[in-house]
Amino acid sequence: MVDQVTDPAGAPPALRHAEEVMGTVVSFDVRGGEPEAVRTALEEAIAGLHRVDEVFSTYREDSQVSRLARGEVTVEQCDPEVAEVLALGAEAERLSNGWFSTRYEGRIDPTGIVKGWAVERAARHLAATGAEGVSVNGGGDVQMYGMPGPHRPWRVGIADPLFPGGLAAVVSAAGARELAVATSGTAERGAHIVDPRTGRSAVTDLVAVTVVGPRLTWADAWATAAFAMGSRQAPAWLESLPDVEALLITTGSEVRCTGGLAAHLG
Amino acid sequence: MRKSHPLRRAVLASAATVSGIVLLLSLKPASDPAQAHAAGGIPPKQSAAARESPPGGSGQRTGTQTVTGDVAQTQYGAVQVRLTVSGGKITKAEAVQAPKGGVSDEKTALAVPKLNQAAVAAQSADIDAVSGATYTSGGYKQSLQSALDKAGG
Repeated sequence: MVDQVTDPAGAPPALRHAEEVMGTVVSFDVRGGEPEAVRTALEEAIAGLHRVDEVFSTYREDSQVSRLARGEVTVEQCDPEVAEVLALGAEAERLSNGWFSTRYEGRIDPTGIVKGWAVERAARHLAATGAEGVSVNGGGDVQMYGMPGPHRPWRVGIADPLFPGGLAAVVSAAGARELAVATSGTAERGAHIVDPRTGRSAVTDLVAVTVVGPRLTWADAWATAAFAMGSRQAPAWLESLPDVEALLITTGSEVRCTGGLAAHLG
Repeated sequence: MRKSHPLRRAVLASAATVSGIVLLLSLKPASDPAQAHAAGGIPPKQSAAARESPPGGSGQRTGTQTVTGDVAQTQYGAVQVRLTVSGGKITKAEAVQAPKGGVSDEKTALAVPKLNQAAVAAQSADIDAVSGATYTSGGYKQSLQSALDKAGG
């Protein structure tokens, strides 16, 4: 499903595509740029996501990460991206005081960081064509570059976790060359959310955490970590991170924001 | 490559968003049974989405249509919403069923107006993408993002 639409208001043409991959659907929206170059980059980006699935999936017995977890291969024998992602995961673990982890039940499991990293990389690959605007939504986690049209920023609705179909807020990318919006919630799939102090599933009083920041790799990891932390620890920790704003919704339907979030709401 | 008429695009966008919302309303959000019990939640009563006026294709959205969603379980209890669609736009969103009794009454008073605003806002918010807890490829079909992808604008 590749669909090119010309906007009657004189905005650059849009190339849209939805790809089923990594257990979810990744939605692409690319505005402007040289059409052939954009199409080629889109095909490469899609192939890249399928390759990531092949290499990193913990659901596939024969993936490099599954074989690595079983000790059948070393990191050096895997694609170089495996070492890259494990290093990012280790950094996320360090910066979140262990609330984010790339181990689950003692096994290597970089699931929590792979998707954000892969979607960010796909979006960056498309932006490198010179397209005026790129938005890639990986199952609810969005990376944006540029603008979709003259004088119009990208706008991302934050799904209201308590009222399906409604929006809790709208984030505008006005003034940002790159912006990511990632949400972790009770319906989260793929990321194992574990309390590092107990080693068991985290008990949280949050229903959703949305993190806004320049790069999806980090926004996604911080949303996961903050969700596990709960409403007592997460706001102060998120506030301490540079270039990060967040919106938290508690099981009691309370909404909490970091100080600078309002500047991103549109 | 297709050129679309601006009006057709608007109609398609509205139609897709409406179906997205109605489909979403028919979902039962994952809720902790213990919590639902504590909040005085009533067990979900299943009812199929009922169209109270003849369904129209996306190309023929004239007149007014009301669509009643399935009962959705929220943390406060069962909620059912009726949308009124006129000329391809949501003109009204109202709760036809909302939790009653005990502690949840106070919350309902706040929650229902918010729900009404939010359902209308999703249609008129002029958004490009939706961020939320990661959906499966099956869940995508009922998502607002899927409606945006289909609307193509």
